[in-house]
Amino acid sequence: MKNFVILGAGTAGTMLVHEMLRKLNPNEWKITMVDKDDDHFYQPGYLFLPFGLYQPKDVVKPKHKFIPGSVNFILSEVELIEPDKNQIRLVKDNQVLPYDYLVIATGADIHPEETEGLKEDGWRQNIFDFYTADGAAALGKFLQKWEGGRLLVNVVENPIKCPVAPLEFLMLADWYFSKRGMRNKVELTYATPLSGAFTKPTSSKALGGMLEKKNIKLETDFYAGSVDTSRNMLVSFDERELPYDLLVSVPTNKGADVIKRSGMGDSLNFVPTKKDLLQSEKWENIWVMGDAANIPASKAGAVIHFQADIVVKNILQHMKGKEMTHKFDGHSLCYIESGYNKAVLIDFAYEQEPIFGSYPFPVVGPFSLLKETTINHWGKLAFRFMYYDLLLKGIPVPLPSRFSMAGKVVEK
Amino acid sequence: MPTKVIAGKEVQVNDEGYLTNPAEWTKEIAIEIAKEEGIELTEAHWKVIDFSRSAAASNGASPTLRTITDGSGVSTKELFGLFPKGPAKKVARISGLGKPEGCV
Repeated sequence: MKNFVILGAGTAGTMLVHEMLRKLNPNEWKITMVDKDDDHFYQPGYLFLPFGLYQPKDVVKPKHKFIPGSVNFILSEVELIEPDKNQIRLVKDNQVLPYDYLVIATGADIHPEETEGLKEDGWRQNIFDFYTADGAAALGKFLQKWEGGRLLVNVVENPIKCPVAPLEFLMLADWYFSKRGMRNKVELTYATPLSGAFTKPTSSKALGGMLEKKNIKLETDFYAGSVDTSRNMLVSFDERELPYDLLVSVPTNKGADVIKRSGMGDSLNFVPTKKDLLQSEKWENIWVMGDAANIPASKAGAVIHFQADIVVKNILQHMKGKEMTHKFDGHSLCYIESGYNKAVLIDFAYEQEPIFGSYPFPVVGPFSLLKETTINHWGKLAFRFMYYDLLLKGIPVPLPSRFSMAGKVVEK
Repeated sequence: MPTKVIAGKEVQVNDEGYLTNPAEWTKEIAIEIAKEEGIELTEAHWKVIDFSRSAAASNGASPTLRTITDGSGVSTKELFGLFPKGPAKKVARISGLGKPEGCV
């Protein structure tokens, strides 16, 4: 028997295992999955927790419920990946797991300890994150009793998971405080290391305009160096100071510690990966999916859905000794909640920035791109059901993996 | 593709003034672009520029802020002193590299 091992039973690992199970001969291949815990979080739902739109129970389900019984699913920390020996050392029972093919899908997490003063006495007092389920829930509790003041949202450094989430947070906050009749008591500011609201010109302008309309201030090129909790001040490396009463931070995102321990990552523990083939730069029997890879694509669930198709086909060709012909184009699709039951949709790829137009989604679509509409909002809400019931289980949904210009309007 | 004459040499640039072909870069061009940014290049600046050029040559992409600080031994604070406001972008521009690729 040959061994196919997947590290990580999150969005990427789970989507992939269903596909591989369909494709690999069970008499030839044993499929093993490893994860450190059994909680499968619906991470896009974190955004709704602070505003009481979702409850914590809405964003977590047991991982094993989504993993077919024929898969050998091991709950254990991974001690070390030894790519030169084609094996993995697990913490549980000191098991050594050999592999013929390995898929790394170990994700990314926030690291507030990277920023001086961030995870000290103000943490979970008047400094919160919303990139963890408990952080987002704690922020929700705080907001219920908050009487207003300066709310500062800061992205410490890029890349981060779901780069649009901070914008969504701000726009939902604007709506939340308006509904509570206290918007005039809250000053909303967004401090970002980018030079605009978002990365690429067209969307940066469109989204920046939305922030302005909602009276959300924008502080650009802001690289947070430290938090001075004695004065409630966020200080940049070039010594600009931003005061806050409530700091909502998106801390440095890093790949899993085991990547670092195994000497397989870059300075943020992301695995160097061929951005088209999704194969490790260094080891040809290792593939990397989702947030764990260092590729310049969004760290988001929709991206993983588009990657899975490519990874499966490339692995199968590689197993047969054939040339790998499937290439990931960086395709990403994101709903951006903008408050008042509306959302914006963006659809883009490595070589095409988000632009205006419409996205042709069969039956329920089309959805407008880069414009606020109610139907986009329903699309976003529907995603949670699609996620658990269809996407994770590898049931086909009509979202083609290749980016398409259909419906998009190119400015002359 | 627009071209521009910098330090007496015609080079290809993008809309934002970044060189599009790192091979066209010269030290004189670096000095000239730095001046536009209001920076007088010192030995400390050159250490960062040299590191960034070699990092880009091996990775095919402009180094991020973190790559520069981790690899060149210059601290983030020092880097901001040398290239104020957005050092990664300024370093890339002065070093004749593309704009650092932001993930969307």
